[in-house]
Amino acid sequence: METQFSGILTGILAFPFVAAIIILFINKEQKEVIRTIAAFATGASLILAALVFFTYDTEAARTANAGLIDSGSGLLTFQFVDKVTWIKELGVSYQLGVDGLAAPMVLLTGLASFAGVMISWGIEDRVREFMAFFLLLVAGVYGVFLSTDIFLLLFFYELAIFPMYFLIAGWGWVELREYASMKLTLYILIGSVIALVGILVLYFEAGSFFTENPNLLPATSESAYSFDFNHIQIAAQQGAFAEADYLGLGDGVTIARFWFPFIFLGFAVLAGIFPFHNWSPDGHVAAPTAVSMIHAGVLMKLGALTAIRLGVQLLPDGARVHLPWIIFLALVNVVYGAFIAFRQRDFKYVIGFSSVSHMGLVSLGVATMNTTGMTGAGLQMFSHGVMTALFFSCVGMVYDRAHTRDIPSLGGFIKKMPLVAIAFVIGGLVSMGMPGLSGFVAEFPIFIGVWRGIPDAIISLSPTKLTEGGANYYGFIAIAAALGIILTAAYVLRVVGQVFFGEFDEEKFPDITPIRIQDRVAIYMLTVWLIVLGVYPKIMSDMIESAVQPVVGLLTGSK
Amino acid sequence: MPDLMQFNSDDTRGFLAILPEILMTILVLIVIYMDLFLPASRRKSVGYMAGVGMLVIGGLAWLLVPSDGLKVSQQLVLGGMVRSDDLAKIFKVMVALVGGLTCLMGMGDNRLRYKGEFYALIIIATMGASLLSSAADLVMVFISLETLSISLYVLSGFVRRPETPDPAQEAFASRSAESGLKYFLFGAFTSAFLLYGLSLLYGFSGGHTNIYRIGQALATGDQDKAPIILALMMVAVGFGFKISAVPFHFWTPDVYEGAPTPVTSFISVVSKAASFAVLTRFLLAVFPPEQLISVPVDQYKELSQIWVQLLSILAVITMTLGNIVALSQRNIKRLIAYSSIAQAGYTLMGVAAIATTKSGDGAAAVAYYMFMYVFTNTLFFASIILFTNATGSETIADMAGLSRRNPWLAMGITIALLSLAGIPPTAGFVGKFLLFRAAVDSGLTWLAIIGVLNSIIALYYYLVVIKVIYVDRGPDDEKPIDMPAPYGFVMAVSTVAVVLLGTFLISPIVDWATEAGLDLFRL
Repeated sequence: METQFSGILTGILAFPFVAAIIILFINKEQKEVIRTIAAFATGASLILAALVFFTYDTEAARTANAGLIDSGSGLLTFQFVDKVTWIKELGVSYQLGVDGLAAPMVLLTGLASFAGVMISWGIEDRVREFMAFFLLLVAGVYGVFLSTDIFLLLFFYELAIFPMYFLIAGWGWVELREYASMKLTLYILIGSVIALVGILVLYFEAGSFFTENPNLLPATSESAYSFDFNHIQIAAQQGAFAEADYLGLGDGVTIARFWFPFIFLGFAVLAGIFPFHNWSPDGHVAAPTAVSMIHAGVLMKLGALTAIRLGVQLLPDGARVHLPWIIFLALVNVVYGAFIAFRQRDFKYVIGFSSVSHMGLVSLGVATMNTTGMTGAGLQMFSHGVMTALFFSCVGMVYDRAHTRDIPSLGGFIKKMPLVAIAFVIGGLVSMGMPGLSGFVAEFPIFIGVWRGIPDAIISLSPTKLTEGGANYYGFIAIAAALGIILTAAYVLRVVGQVFFGEFDEEKFPDITPIRIQDRVAIYMLTVWLIVLGVYPKIMSDMIESAVQPVVGLLTGSK
Repeated sequence: MPDLMQFNSDDTRGFLAILPEILMTILVLIVIYMDLFLPASRRKSVGYMAGVGMLVIGGLAWLLVPSDGLKVSQQLVLGGMVRSDDLAKIFKVMVALVGGLTCLMGMGDNRLRYKGEFYALIIIATMGASLLSSAADLVMVFISLETLSISLYVLSGFVRRPETPDPAQEAFASRSAESGLKYFLFGAFTSAFLLYGLSLLYGFSGGHTNIYRIGQALATGDQDKAPIILALMMVAVGFGFKISAVPFHFWTPDVYEGAPTPVTSFISVVSKAASFAVLTRFLLAVFPPEQLISVPVDQYKELSQIWVQLLSILAVITMTLGNIVALSQRNIKRLIAYSSIAQAGYTLMGVAAIATTKSGDGAAAVAYYMFMYVFTNTLFFASIILFTNATGSETIADMAGLSRRNPWLAMGITIALLSLAGIPPTAGFVGKFLLFRAAVDSGLTWLAIIGVLNSIIALYYYLVVIKVIYVDRGPDDEKPIDMPAPYGFVMAVSTVAVVLLGTFLISPIVDWATEAGLDLFRL
């Protein structure tokens, strides 16, 4: 295998990793030094991530992918590739790269992690451990977005979950942290290990397929067995997973169709898909502010992106069969999440459930299986990530000063914390989908995508077409999901009205201190992106579209 | 019967094959000599001699023991008593290194520190384990197994009643005596089963003692299948006891709890690793799958499927029961005893996957898993000794606030537990990955799914311990625990090993383990 090395992506990954190790060796009393190192590391990664985002060559990706779609193999091309053989016996290599979907996610991770360190400046208890685990978490998250080798991806995926547990259990909200952190870890890992078995099945099927048909083996692969993403994808396109009567379950059941729900839902657990969303609001609420930001802002996208990569892209045939029913789960997410958010008294739970609802929109976009909807899903991942990070930082700032999150007992905070209030209102408008802000840019294509639907939705394992005669239920789903947007407006306005406006009670909250300079930096940094993306969506939408098109090509392809 | 299997009569190769054992024997003599003749003030050097000596032997084994991918007949040396292949080598290196670490660990235990015979017995047991991993003859299997076992019986009951009355020490002593006796009774009982099974195999094969000859004779001969299966069952009882597979696991929690902690550590790693090595080799040699039968015959008996099924079932029962019972444990040593039962269950999954994969993936997974497991458990027990010395307690609840008392100790335990749970970047992740991979590869996908679900159950109780260490506050939060030199060394070595095996060293060790697996499939 030829070794490629551009080093930028490795740099993104290395800064937080190395900083985490350095921090462990610093005297725990030197808190300011520790914070500065953490800020420097996440800042350096952010700069590199921005570099990747702005220099990503969308045109090149589009041309390369166009050629591949025509030839019937909708492969994604990765840029900024770092590639070194790691475990030759298993066909594992250290392989990083970004495509149009991953590049915005890398930028998002950079923003949220840097803002997270800024927000955590006030933490005093065991700063050393907190920052080391936080940086490890950030490194793991970057790793998942950047890996183009499935073994490496799983490695980072599980690596990211564990510091999460630590941070929530050790520094979270005392009343809930032990329960919430354990629940979160077990939910996510159960999903991922079941998906892991599915991945292993694909690995061996691809391997034995290439052993039988050595002439089909791609030139880039050294052996028939490899965890390289492209390797397995090529096997998928050559029909390695299309053998009928898998496990003697009948003619309609192929490997792709059997394993798709396990792999897709296994990872979608982390994206909070109904009915496996239960860990997420508790986890968000229990986590310390910075961790909530990474958790809701970035970690949930990790689940979504991995589900798209390893589920939809590797098993398009399975996706065609299963996504038409999975879209109902996404619909429940959108409407039910928003409804529950409306009913909450706890400020942070409102945001927690709003994440469930908004991540439902991402799943909805993916389930449309057309370019418009999936591009919307990609934009929504970024938009929601920034928005939620902003929300949680605002909630954290209010809670740190008011020491309560009970919505009815708060009020009038715009008088004391005007910047926070304005940021929260902007975030709220994004979440309602107000034109001119990123939420609109993301949600509108999703709804168009759902409305268009897919011409031949198949809803059971037997190939009966529900839509015959023109009855396309996707239209109904679009209307029902719109209900979720109305509910979103309702809960956002309720929170804004009750927390930030109204009378401020000087006696109840005597010592509302002004926010720190670091908090301001975080707020500005995040808010800018919500507006920029809303005004000029092309900066990201073209890039995402270039990555989504080959996937749609696969889904509508003949095989 | 000359056509069955030839032996290599090259004396140099034979000498090198058992070089580690020869060196260990010399080391035992040196240690006993030093113990007898050194003045009491310089007794400490006995432990260093034993520990460092063993580490050096481990290094020499890695350099000198021959392994070259030859045919079986050329690897069977010393009249067919031992086979010098990569599987033997990887396990010899493993047990020697961990034996050395155990000696160093013993230097921190007040009851063992100045007892020369403790170190001598550890080395003898390691020698037994080392021989066991290369044994290719019924006689050799039994002798080395007993060398290992008998030393361990003594070691478990090693703590003696103190001369001055001290209730705490007396409690320790009586628990230690109980564990030694229990271990001995169970061990003797199952050894009898094993011996009976071996004697049946000797008879059925027409008077062979070399396991490869027996395998060829059984597969091509015209005996009934039923009595052979009976012999297989008996052998399974004997080995099942050593690896603490359910339902032969009853001794495990009591012995783990009662034995002095360095000995517990030793039992849980060296004894288990060597037993897995011999189990792998024995099953594949005596009940071979089709591609391992050298003589072309029209009819042969397919015996491997029987033990694949048997071990699959044993694996499921072992890991599930181990994990579920572990959930309710309050004592850290009992917790890790049940956890080690569960770990044996995962590893059995790899052994079951051996016969059906032609590539040796299963054996490679077992070898890698044991390699990482010995370091992980050593790290864990070294940390536990330190914790027990400081607090006098073995309950999980008393670990509260440990991260504030000594962050390095807390991190050592955490890394060990994460590795046992299979979370990257520790070695356990790769180990589990290889085992599940082997299971899926050999068509045992259902077994892999039960395995991954089990690993989630296990994660729960490991996380509870980690939570106690990092989150809970204890009464002595501000009292630091300091780390004496031998421990610092043991913990540093094993921590680095666990982390490196999960990251940068994956490739060489996996390559080596794959070679070992392939060796088993060369005729």
